Amino acid sequence: MKEKNHSNHFLLLSVILIVFFFINIRFGSVPIPFKDIFNILFGGDISKDSWETIIINFRVPKAITAILVGSGLSVCGLLMQTLFRNPLAGPFVLGISSGASLGVAILILGSSIFGGALLTNSLSNLSLPIAASFGAFLVLSSVILAANKVRNTMSILIIGLMFGSLTSAVISVLAYFSEAAQIQQYLFWSFGSLGNLSWNELIVLSCIYSVGIVGTIFVIKPLNSLLLGESYAKSLGINIKKSRNIILLITSLLTGVITAFSGPIAFVGLAVPHITKIIFSSSNHKILLPATAIIGAIILLICDSIAQLPTSDFILPINAITSFFGAPVVIWLLVRKKKLYV
Amino acid sequence: MKNSKENIVLKTENLTIGYQQKKRTKIIRSEINLEIKKGKLVAILGKNGIGKSTLLRTLSKVQEPLSGKIFINQKNIQELSEKELSTQLSLVLTERLPESQLTVYELIALGRQPYTNWIDKLCASDIEKIEVAIEQTEIEHLKNSRFHELSDGQLQRVLIARALAQDTEIIILDEPTAHLDMHHTIKIFSLLKELVLKTQKTIIISSHEVNLAIQLADEMMLLSSDTFHFGSPSELIKANAFTTLFPKELVRFNKTLAQFVITKI
Repeated sequence: MKEKNHSNHFLLLSVILIVFFFINIRFGSVPIPFKDIFNILFGGDISKDSWETIIINFRVPKAITAILVGSGLSVCGLLMQTLFRNPLAGPFVLGISSGASLGVAILILGSSIFGGALLTNSLSNLSLPIAASFGAFLVLSSVILAANKVRNTMSILIIGLMFGSLTSAVISVLAYFSEAAQIQQYLFWSFGSLGNLSWNELIVLSCIYSVGIVGTIFVIKPLNSLLLGESYAKSLGINIKKSRNIILLITSLLTGVITAFSGPIAFVGLAVPHITKIIFSSSNHKILLPATAIIGAIILLICDSIAQLPTSDFILPINAITSFFGAPVVIWLLVRKKKLYV
Repeated sequence: MKNSKENIVLKTENLTIGYQQKKRTKIIRSEINLEIKKGKLVAILGKNGIGKSTLLRTLSKVQEPLSGKIFINQKNIQELSEKELSTQLSLVLTERLPESQLTVYELIALGRQPYTNWIDKLCASDIEKIEVAIEQTEIEHLKNSRFHELSDGQLQRVLIARALAQDTEIIILDEPTAHLDMHHTIKIFSLLKELVLKTQKTIIISSHEVNLAIQLADEMMLLSSDTFHFGSPSELIKANAFTTLFPKELVRFNKTLAQFVITKI
């Protein structure tokens, strides 16, 4: 298929990504000039020692997290939309994020109910992502089990929503029996935040992220044939069951680990694939997958830059910003184009 | 004798088709024994709900048979992997395609998936096969359009081109003329006939176009609630097989005209 025509698009997007990466690092409670940022990152004279700590230990990990989270969630949204052949699908709508929340809720809130056996004071690096991935995978497999029975895609979405509210109900019950400190810890997690990751945690996130993203390259072929529906995909020699399981595994792994570290971040997974499809006007996953990843990264970098309210001490919940600025963008794109594609 | 056996591309042995529901088994048709030769246009006729689609779905392994065997080139399709089957048999279905932004060329190129590598890279021979398919179906001018912008008649040609690009010996089409006017119906039928003659592929279609099928099909399969006929149109006319197709009150088969005529109004 003709990919060459899009190389300019990709070049432009990469430049935008790099620009917003530095803009994201530039702004914060302490303004640091670009000159010093470059000196810190690439070696050179530094005006203030504290700036180096801020850049290296806080802002760069946060910007990298934004890139990983933004691209990861967007790719998951794209996978879900194609798998279900439904433009409304996304990690959020299908209850996958709620599943991850449930995993985290059981870990954080459950520790106060079932005693500290589950969790000691320090949330160890891996227990949170494992719990979140497990929760995401649990909900997603339940949705799939139900999906195999009903077949109708609209019903699948509604089933996903129902699983979402079921998990919220379980979380409410858990919260009711928990102590205030745990509830607060969970609540802060659920606001979403990109800034809480240490370098060690970032390494864990990027390892699992890489596994997921590399996995998507192997499902490009089945994804493209699924654009014709399952019967055609099967007649083209695609092993539907195997492909579907791989796609679901990648989605739950990525959504789970991202949600674990950054909290449930709304809007990105649903909207970015559509923004990409409108910009590139293509359905070919060889183009869509990398494009969705880059655009997702850019958008989350922008949202995060806005969230830290330049030059102020406040940081707004990232979740609010993504929905607040994202939803109107999608509505505007849709009103203009009047059509959503799988 | 050996020669004629090699010519048989599709064969069924005591095939029973239907649906396996939780407790009941719904048999739609049993004891189907067919032998379809290479390079034939085969039309399956019968009124709505008689099991044409079920038969085609079973022959193409979309659905499991209740019992019996299906052979493609002497190989039991139960023993073929999906990948192997995809190089032997391609499909054109009636179901609507999900709305996407695929171009006509991309859609046809998907037909090459059984032959492409893991990343779906088209090599020179793939591109040539795609070009030939586009040429054979005369859709050169549509190549860069999006498939969802096409009319039903154009889309049907594109889907046929996709099946041709898949380069299989057998192509199965489920009601390829379902939404088409008379002009486009005839166009599709003559295209299929032409493809059979030119490429020696075996094309199996289900259809409601009795009169056209009689004129163009090499073999016909007539399904009615209690009988089953298979043979060339002239054989079937001689055997009075067409009278079984529809209830007699409204239409009757006229042997001299070789078509159905309305009994009375």
